[in-house]
Amino acid sequence: MTTRAEAHWNGYQSPGFFDEMLVGGGARTACEGVIRYLAGLGDDLLERQRAAELAIKAMGITFAVYSDADNTDRSWPFDVIPRVISTQEWTAISAGLVQRLTALNMFIDDLYGSARVVADGVLPREVLASSKNFRPQCVGVKPRGGVWAHVCGSDLVRDRDGTVYVLEDNLRVPSGVSYMMENRLITKRVFADLFRDLDIHPVDSYPHRLRELLAALSQRDGDWPTIAVLTPGAFNSAYFEHVFLARQMGAHLAEGGDLVVESDDCVYLRTVSGPVRVDVIYRRIDDLWLDPEAFRPDSLVGVPGLMRAWRAGNVAIANAPGAGVADDKVIYAFVPELIRYYLSEEPKIANVPTYLCHDDLARGHVLANLDELVVKPANESGGMGVFVGSFASQAEKEAMRLRIEADPRNHIAQPILALSTAPTLCDGRVVPRHVDLRPFILSGEQPYVTQGGLTRVALTEGSLVVNSSQGGGSKDTWVLDPTMSAVRLDGTHAR
Amino acid sequence: MPGKGRAMLLSRFAESLYWAGRYLERAEATARLVRVHTELFLDLPRAAGVGWSPLLAVTGAGEEFLGRHTGPDEDDVVAFLAIDPKNRGSILASIAQATVSLQLSRVLLPTASFEVVTKLHDWAAASSAEAIDRRTRLDWMDEVIGRCQLLAGSLAGTMCDDEAYGFLQIGRYLERADMTIRVLDVQAGILVGQPAEDAGGEPYHDLTWMSVLRSLAAHQMFRRSQGSGVPGPAAVRFLLREERFPRSVEFCLASTARALAQLPRAALPLAGCAQVRARLRDLQPAEVDTPGELHELADDLESGIGALHDELARTYFRLEAAPPAVVEPAEIRI
Repeated sequence: MTTRAEAHWNGYQSPGFFDEMLVGGGARTACEGVIRYLAGLGDDLLERQRAAELAIKAMGITFAVYSDADNTDRSWPFDVIPRVISTQEWTAISAGLVQRLTALNMFIDDLYGSARVVADGVLPREVLASSKNFRPQCVGVKPRGGVWAHVCGSDLVRDRDGTVYVLEDNLRVPSGVSYMMENRLITKRVFADLFRDLDIHPVDSYPHRLRELLAALSQRDGDWPTIAVLTPGAFNSAYFEHVFLARQMGAHLAEGGDLVVESDDCVYLRTVSGPVRVDVIYRRIDDLWLDPEAFRPDSLVGVPGLMRAWRAGNVAIANAPGAGVADDKVIYAFVPELIRYYLSEEPKIANVPTYLCHDDLARGHVLANLDELVVKPANESGGMGVFVGSFASQAEKEAMRLRIEADPRNHIAQPILALSTAPTLCDGRVVPRHVDLRPFILSGEQPYVTQGGLTRVALTEGSLVVNSSQGGGSKDTWVLDPTMSAVRLDGTHAR
Repeated sequence: MPGKGRAMLLSRFAESLYWAGRYLERAEATARLVRVHTELFLDLPRAAGVGWSPLLAVTGAGEEFLGRHTGPDEDDVVAFLAIDPKNRGSILASIAQATVSLQLSRVLLPTASFEVVTKLHDWAAASSAEAIDRRTRLDWMDEVIGRCQLLAGSLAGTMCDDEAYGFLQIGRYLERADMTIRVLDVQAGILVGQPAEDAGGEPYHDLTWMSVLRSLAAHQMFRRSQGSGVPGPAAVRFLLREERFPRSVEFCLASTARALAQLPRAALPLAGCAQVRARLRDLQPAEVDTPGELHELADDLESGIGALHDELARTYFRLEAAPPAVVEPAEIRI
């Protein structure tokens, strides 16, 4: 390694945090080949970052950021340095995610059925009664196989000691999977030689698996079900992904206005051939906007009568309406109990310790220790309304105290985790930045977990906000088996 | 079972693809017009009095232009036709609208073709200043034409010849037929009229009618298919009826009919298309000999194509929705 080559990495350290790639100045075992290669690139690393940015522009990978005044699409923010996870670690995490989703689906099915979990005193009745995402319209519906959350994107974080936690489950309309796949296309373009020498697990079977899952939900016989991805339209921040998935699955990309429920309670697409019946809808619209007849009457993006058709069993909807009840961060706190209750197993992945503010004792603790806690609204997503005590001013803390006291049920608090870091290219230097990971879990006849997932990175020094909707960046995530990979990389690109 | 194993095209996508086809064709055709007129302008003596207003007339935007400018000054006309965002028919605005339409329907497009669109748009926007300056103008127009054709080729080479492609093609062909008719209409005097004495005489007259053909990329192909003789009426017939020339009105309509025949429920649009073709087939020799009659013919053809467009919209784009039932919102508490 030349001095010049080392320059971008010189002095890399991440004191006080668990770094995903480096430890004590050297590479972690799974990362050795990658780190040696990247360090050997020298200035070429900056060239690869530029090449990646050009590829993103040419491929038209965009993401709308709501804070932009004009709400236009931005190029997808991407860091060229991949984040590496060993196959061994990933196998254990995958098993934990499947376990979690199995229990969550049993829980949702139970809630909208006999609510045994409440009768047995595992989930307090008042928690359910005050849950914003519980949909009485769904009571009594029996989706095929008892699965409500067909697609889940859980957020994983790693604390200082290396423990991996599930930070939240996203069971309504989790997004990001297309970016996971596009990130891989980009790294294949810019690091083609690395893919030759390392056995990096491919990620591109996801749309195929999703299509199989959706097709199996069709209520009609035959091997050619009509599947539609229901999108709120081009102004939605995840529209790129809706296009991507519809294209990859060969499904229709429909807006509310493209669908109509006829008097036979079946859903039809408006096509140039006339009405065509739809069997399965992969909806990317939140419950409340799905059907103006059943939910918000002012929804212009929904389909009037859709809930009627779904309840009649004439169309399958994934994720099922009402699945978001388990996104409630208060219910999140009960997930380890739910796993024990439904599966009689111990949770394989930890939950972050959570204080429920509606509990007097817990609230007292939270209010006395705001400095050291993260406070979250119970039913927001995309990092909205998250309060980090250590960064808050006195006025902000006072405002938070008032909000908690006014609405304790809708606030939870957690210890501030020391999110792990990963080497990230910023202004020509490789520096540690905080990351999380969003894997995607498909709950069909055969459960499926993506190889890795979408790594999100907080691009600002010290920041913990990785949310794409708040300007976070992303990295490709490489799951690879260090014991299998022939680590022949010596920086000369020679084989 | 109808539609078994076949992807049905959403009406919304059919419409945006149709418009994408029209705008792409318009961008390419306008670039060719400006390019050829610039070359002609360089050749003609100033005394010939050839100005820039015929270009405005062909694009049908003369009034809009004169509402904002004092007269047809070269730079103003070229800027208006090439890069003015407020002129919806300008090359840049057409590319932008085609890009938006394709973006809306990108789910149906091959990824590689979509990259070509994005690059075309980014390039045109970034280099728009080069469209005006005479030193760079011809290259810029060539580049527009080349990139539009690259896109057409990419789509033709990688997209299924399905309903989605059909609407793109119908949009392209109708716009192209429209453009050919408008050029004939505006340039009728040059093509079949008498050379004006004060316009520099015979050599320059040849130059102008040849450039009319060039502006439709028809000059070379006309020459190859034509013997000697009075070129004017023959050129008009070539542009109207030559079934092997891809920019003739007949070729465009025949291609439209072929694409329509692949679509469901195409009876009425097909009838509309056949009506315009019948008008062409029954052409009287006198109609292409004098400018006055040629104007009338052009009017007939243009309104026929307009009617065909309306029929497409009625059949495919505006499927009436049942009005949503008004129901009280359900209570969301337990």
